[in-house]
This record gives sequence, C-alpha cells and structure tokens, in this order.
Amino acid sequence: MNILNLFVIIPMLTVGGILLTKDLKQSRIVSAIGMGLQLILSFVLVYLYMSERSAGNTAPMLFMYDALWFPSLNIHYALGVDGISVAMIALTGIVVFAGIFASWKMEYLPREFFVSLILLASGVFGFFISIDLFTMFLFYEIAVIPMYLLIGIWGTGPKEYSAMKLTLMLMAGSAMLMVGILGIYFFSVPAGHPLTFNILEISKMHIPIDMQRFLFPFTFVGFGILGALFPFHTWSPDGHASAPTAVSMLHAGVLMKLGGYGIFRVAIFLMPEAAHEQAWIFLILTSISVVYGAFSAIVQTDLKYINAYSSVSHCGLVLFAVLMMNQTAMNGAIIQMISHGLMTALFFALIGMIYGRTHTRLINEMGGLMKVIPFLGVVYVIAGLASLGLPGFSGFVAEMTIFVGSFQHVDVFHRVITIVAASSIVITAVYILRVVGILLLGPIKNDHFLHLDDAKWYERISTITLVLAITAIGTAPFWLSNMINFSLAPIVERLNAIQITGLF
Amino acid sequence: MNFSDILTMRHELMLTLMALVVLIIDLNLHNRDKHLIIPITLSLFFIHTVIGFLPSQPSNLFGGMYHTNALLVMMKNILNVGVLIILLQSVTWLKKEENREKISEYFILLFSTLIGMNFMISSGDFLMFYLGLELATIPIAALAAYTHHQSKSAEAGIKLILSSALSSGILLFGISLIYGSSGSIYFDAVVLHYANTPLQVLAFIFFFTGMAFKLSLVPFHLWTADVYEGAPINVTSYLSVISKGAAAFILIILMFTIFKTIAPIYTHMLYLIAVLTMTIGNLFAIRQKNMKRFLAFSSIAQAGFILLGILGGNAMGMTSVIYFVLVYIFSNLGAFGVVSAISTVTGKESMDDYDGLYATNPKLSLLMMLSLFSLAGIPPVAGFFGKFFLFASAASAGYYWLVFIAVLNATISLYYYLLVVKAMFINKNEKPLAYFKSDLATRTGLVLSGLGIFVLGFWSQIYEIINSLSFGIIH
Repeated sequence: MNILNLFVIIPMLTVGGILLTKDLKQSRIVSAIGMGLQLILSFVLVYLYMSERSAGNTAPMLFMYDALWFPSLNIHYALGVDGISVAMIALTGIVVFAGIFASWKMEYLPREFFVSLILLASGVFGFFISIDLFTMFLFYEIAVIPMYLLIGIWGTGPKEYSAMKLTLMLMAGSAMLMVGILGIYFFSVPAGHPLTFNILEISKMHIPIDMQRFLFPFTFVGFGILGALFPFHTWSPDGHASAPTAVSMLHAGVLMKLGGYGIFRVAIFLMPEAAHEQAWIFLILTSISVVYGAFSAIVQTDLKYINAYSSVSHCGLVLFAVLMMNQTAMNGAIIQMISHGLMTALFFALIGMIYGRTHTRLINEMGGLMKVIPFLGVVYVIAGLASLGLPGFSGFVAEMTIFVGSFQHVDVFHRVITIVAASSIVITAVYILRVVGILLLGPIKNDHFLHLDDAKWYERISTITLVLAITAIGTAPFWLSNMINFSLAPIVERLNAIQITGLF
Repeated sequence: MNFSDILTMRHELMLTLMALVVLIIDLNLHNRDKHLIIPITLSLFFIHTVIGFLPSQPSNLFGGMYHTNALLVMMKNILNVGVLIILLQSVTWLKKEENREKISEYFILLFSTLIGMNFMISSGDFLMFYLGLELATIPIAALAAYTHHQSKSAEAGIKLILSSALSSGILLFGISLIYGSSGSIYFDAVVLHYANTPLQVLAFIFFFTGMAFKLSLVPFHLWTADVYEGAPINVTSYLSVISKGAAAFILIILMFTIFKTIAPIYTHMLYLIAVLTMTIGNLFAIRQKNMKRFLAFSSIAQAGFILLGILGGNAMGMTSVIYFVLVYIFSNLGAFGVVSAISTVTGKESMDDYDGLYATNPKLSLLMMLSLFSLAGIPPVAGFFGKFFLFASAASAGYYWLVFIAVLNATISLYYYLLVVKAMFINKNEKPLAYFKSDLATRTGLVLSGLGIFVLGFWSQIYEIINSLSFGIIH
C-alpha cells in the first residue's frame, strides 16, 4: 500500500477509535496514540523521501498514487509528494501531536473535541499530499469547517462571533478558489484533449494569458484569505483569540500555511505569466500585511491578539517571499512557513498554559511569571527569540533567506519593498521584548500568582517537541533547505522561463 | 397494448393500483383498525420502489403521448426513493389520534400526485405534460390542507391551489402559443418548428413562467413560505423535495430538447433569475425563526442553483442537475426528517427550541448538522459534490461570474445553516427539548437519508450512471 494513503487512513481510524471511547482519559489516549503514529509516519516519510532522492530518483513527485474517481470528469484521487510537501507534512505531524498534549485537560465534551480536531488535521494532511485540484479543494474545505465547531463550542470570549466570521471569510475564499480551479480545469487543456485536474499535467500545459489574468487574482486571493493577506486578514486575530489552545496552535501553525502552500503550488506554479504581471499588486498588499501586522501587535494587550497579529505579519512574509519568485526567496518562504508554524504553535500552547493558570491573558495584569513558573517562562523566551529571528533558531534562517532572496532583484520597486518589509524585524523585536519584559520579568502583581504550578508532564511533552524542532531547523537548516531546493528548482525554472514582466 | 407495454408503464400503473388498493382496504377496515393501513401501504410502496429498479425497455405508447427510457425511469426511481423516505418519516405523525380517520386519504392523495409527476416526466406531448402537471398539483393542495382544523393548514391549501391555478393558466397560454406557432403539441414535432420568432419566444416565456411557479423561482416564489409553513411538515417536505424535483426534471428535459434552439435568447433571462433566486432566497432565509419557513426559503435558494446546470446547456449540465436533485432530496429529507421528528413528538418548530439539542438528542443533532452541511455544499458530504458539478457545468459554458455569485451565495447560505448548528451545539439552554426515542419507521427514514448524504458523494458510480444516461438525451 502507498504510504501516503496512510496519512488519511490513520486519522480516520483515530476518529473511529475516539467515537468508541467513553470519557476524556480514553479519548485523549486514543488521540495521542493515533497522532503519535502519524508523527512517526511523517518522519518515516521524510526518511524514505531522502533515501529515494539520494538513490537518484529525480521525478518531480514521489510515492505517486492515482485512482480514477469520476471518470467522466477525469477527476482522480491523486497523491504525490515533493520535498516541499514532505516538509509541510512533517510540520503538521509535529504541531498536531503537540496540540493533542496541549489539550490534555479538555473537560467539556472531550470526544467531540478530539474528533473535530483530528478531522481538521486529516483535512490538512490530505491537502498537502494531493496533486489533483479537486481532491485538494475537497480536503481544503474539510480542514476549514471543523473550525466553526472547535471555536464555537470550546472557545472563549466572543466565540460565536469569531467562529462565524472566520468560517464565512474562509468560505468566501473558497468561493474564489472554486472559480479559479474550474477556470484552470477548463482552460488548461488544448481543445480536443481530455480535461484534467492533475497539477503535474496542467503544469506541462499553457493556460491562455487572458484567462490567467482573470483566474490568477481569484486563486491568489482565495488562498490568500487563508494566508491572512491584507485586507482579508480580519478573521485571523478574532478567530485565534477566541479559539481553544490546540485549535489556535493548529490553525496558526498549520492551517494558515495551506494558503501559502496553495498560492505557491496552484496560483503561481500553474499561472506563471499572470503571476509575473500581477505580482506587484500583491507584493504591496503583502508588505502591508507584514508591517501592519507587526505594528498592530505592538498595541495589543491580550497575549493571543499579540500573537495573532504577529502571525498576520509572519504569514504575510511567506506570501511576500513566494511572490519574489526566485529560488532563494521561495526557499525562504517554505522555511518561514515551517518555522512560523512551529514557533506560533509553541506561542499559542504557552499562552494557553499561562491562561489556564492565571485566568487572564491581559499582559498588564501579569508580571514576574518567570519566578513562579520558570519552565514556561524560559520556553516563552525561546519562542520569542525565535520569533524575532535570533540566530540559532529557525526564524533567523527563514527571514535571512527571504530578505537575501528578495534583495536579489535589482530594480527599485523590489528593493524598496524589501526594505519596507525588512523593517518588520525591528518592530517584531519591539513587541516580543515588550511582552517578555512585562509578562515574565518585574514584580509579581497578584498574590494569587505566587502559588502557580509549573508545567505538567504533558505540557512539557507538548512544548519540548516544538522547541526541539525549532532549534533543529535553526542549527542545521541545510537538510531542510536541500530537500526544498531540489523540488523548488524545476518550479523556479518554469517561472524564469517566462519573459513577461509586470509593471515593475 | 400488450404485456410488454404494461411493463414499461409499470411506475404509473402500480401507483394507480396501490391508490385503489388503499381505498378498498380502508373501506373494509373497522375504524379502530385503520392504523393497519400504514404498514400495508408502506410495504406495498417498498415493493413498488424495488420493482421500479428492474431493467426496462425504452418505448413509445399512445401514438407518442407517453414515452419512456432509461433516464426517465431513473428519474422516477429517484422520486420513489424520496417518497419512501417521506412515508417512513410520516408514520409517527399519521398514527396520531387526530389523523386516524384520514390515514388513507394521505396515501391516496400522495400517490395521485406521484402518478401525475410520473406521467409528466414521461410525457411525449404537451397535453400529457399538462395532465400530469395538474394531477401532480391539485391533490397536493388537498394534502396541504390536511389538518384542516388548523386555520394555517387550510390557508396553505387555498394559497397553493390559487397560485397553481394562476400558474397553470399562464403555462397553458404558453402552450397554446406553442401549438399555434408550430402546429403541433407533440414534442418531436414542435422541436422541428421551433425557432427565434417573437411569438415562439413569447410562448417560451409564458411556459417558463408557469414552470417557475412550480419550482418557486424568484419572482414567482411568494406562495412558497406561507404554504410550507402552514402545511403539515411531511407534506411540506414532499412539496419542497419531490414536487420540486419532478418539476426540475421535466423542465431540464424540455429546456434541453424543445427549447434548445432559442437557448441564446433565454440564457440572459435564466442568468438573471438564477442570481435573483439564489440571492433573495438566501437573504430571506437569514431572518427566519420557524424551521419550516427557514427550510422553505433555503429550498428557494437551492432551486436557483439548479438553473446553473440548465445554463450549462450540455450533457454535463443535465447530469449535474439530476445528480444535484438526487443529493438535494436526501439532504433536505435529512433536515426535514429531524424537524418532523421533533415537531411530531414535542410540537416545537422554532429555531430557539433547538437550543442545546445536542445535549439531549445527539444523534438527531448530528444528522441535522450533516444535512445542513450537505445543503450548504460542505465536504465530505454529498452536497459538496452536487454543487461542485453544477458549478463546473456552468463554468464549462463560460459563466464564471455566475459561478462566483453562486458560490458566494452558498457561503451566505452556510451562515444561516450554521445558525441552526449553533443553536444545537453551542447555545446554552436551561430546558432543552427532552430526550425522546423515535419509532422504528422514523429512524429508518432518518438513517436512509443519512446514508444517502454520505454515500452519494463518494460513490462516483452513481454520477457515472446518470451521466451515461444523460448522453442518450443530449446528442
């Protein structure tokens, strides 16, 4: 059996297993086992992928699996992975695993919670392994809809409003995607040939430039909404702030990456001419995301809002780098997706743990937490330093690669916009250090906080997994960037073959 | 007429027979044994449904007035399955004391309308079409007024009969213009003489208006909400699912055969009506608090989607419409089944009564959620596939903006469907509806629709069968 099928089957079996359980203890153990298997499977996939590549297999996609589903429309259930999807799958495996342990004490309707969470995860896994646009879109929507229940039932604050806003905005995004995908389907193939949804086959064809001009914005914005593209990012802060811990982790950590990955894999890869032509519009929007997100994070007082705006800024950087369309920047974009996924998951996990103890997320009400909960405090500092791009952590590698790649463009527009976006590094440092200063250092403001317990074993599993991954990428980025680069090369080649340039 | 001809007409003949059998049984039963009619009729109808699936030959009877082929048989079977589920769902309600006297009426009237729909689908000329249509409509008005001691139900009946009379008049006028301008009422002959002359375009517009009433397309939808609200819940689900499905079936056949020649003219009209129907249906659905009215407006919006497939104008459009109607039948019956089960046991029909339902009746809430997701077009349930293929067929004809508007409308519809999900799963309620256990028939009906919602999407075979049959009609 093809290993990729397991990525869908294991979550389904886990869901089935959870439905058989009776209470929190059983369901969390089943989930942990299922997602633990999934994590191991992700690493096995990385290993298998690397050994295939070192054995000299140069096919664009490996472990291909193809089953004809709707013959008359030529819809396939087609799977396959390259270095980029393998990296994303590993990220998802890690974050979901950590997310299960971060919700170890989910008292209210635990079975339903874990079922929805794992359904969401299976959608994400399915999305990353699909190479058929129809299956991809199917998994995309499967990943989005459980969010409504997860936020609406288990969230905090104005959860119903946030859940509805998030779901509707993301569904509006998928409305645009639907147009994009159907357009690609009907226009990619020259007349007389059977239509196809297969990304690899479409990439060998040429979509007429007029149609590309029409379809590219739909596809880009459709995915961009999920990637928190300005001005469609407004669902993200509210959604993240209201969501329960594990959902924030999964959503900011993985689900938002669906946007970046989709833009990269569908919008830019399949419609390179239009991408070149219209890149400048979206470069401006993404650099607004980057800078505006960072500035917004400075003025927030709620920990989750700070981190949500920081996610807007960092995910904006992903789209920004993808739009630069050269090898280095795109490599940086992928590393940034992974780095941000891990780091923001860690942040949300910590915020959830701190909130569970202090019952507040407002930084002004807290202080000196480092003295009472040193483990969580130290990990928070690590996450913060990774976020502001300190060498040794994944954030540095990602941002460095992105800005070096962006600066390779010699024209004024790209250079200016790179400098503008790069200013976000400084702003990031401001809000991270400000939070660390108020939250962890200084006097303890509330006597109640003197008796807080430090992290429990399951919380340590959750956080240490993520910290390990962040430092691994930070200290040894080469295995990751090699894996990505190999798969990136043919894509960048395809982009560079285009002679058309945009306004700038 | 020989035996093999009878076999090809088996849907209509068996239904007629069944209506008569029910009538005779009813006459011979003592008053206190009337409830026995229910299991007898259910088993008869089950056998009828199964026989419907036996292979059949295409044929042409009564000098071309009646014709049948594999696609038409398929449509009738789809309707049969839907009716079977509705019958299962109405058992509890029929057993109530107040309905004891008139159980057989329900079945006879319902079977009569189904005969009408079958004749309408199989019609080969406008006369048979019109007879079928009337037979399908008038008994429904009696059904809508079934609980006539309630003024709302009586009102629903009278509203339905008046508006259908009006629409039938308009439709007949259209047909008479078609006859006058082409010299025949036979579909095969009309299609040869149908062109872009103003008179024939006018004839089409009148004809389409009449059909738009039946399908409750905007701006001919005004009767829908009141009738749906007033009629007994199972009649409402029959109206919104079977009646609408049959109208969609015959409309798409006629649009793809007779009126094909004036397609360039009617596409603009259909475009506009599709946008209006989807948008207005959705916007009105948002404000509804009564579950029946809510589903009524949602079904208006759903009818707008059907027009997308008609606009597609190719075999893919035909397939996607039939497939969509099939999926819609199951999804809507899932939702109606839950509303019916709750309304029959507790008498509650307002959305506020659904607050906290998941805590007490988790299975019903889950089925309701899946049905609503299917109506909204969310994967992995079947509605996603139905909508996707409809949109694909519209896109294949180049209507990308229409697809965009339609998907945005699907998003709006998701909003109000989620309101119900929110009521059931999120809202807190001090006194949620108490737990109740439905009887076997209701549960079977609900399980059937739930199964359909799951299986129809993933089981691509069904789509492929419909597709292979559609190619027979569209060349």
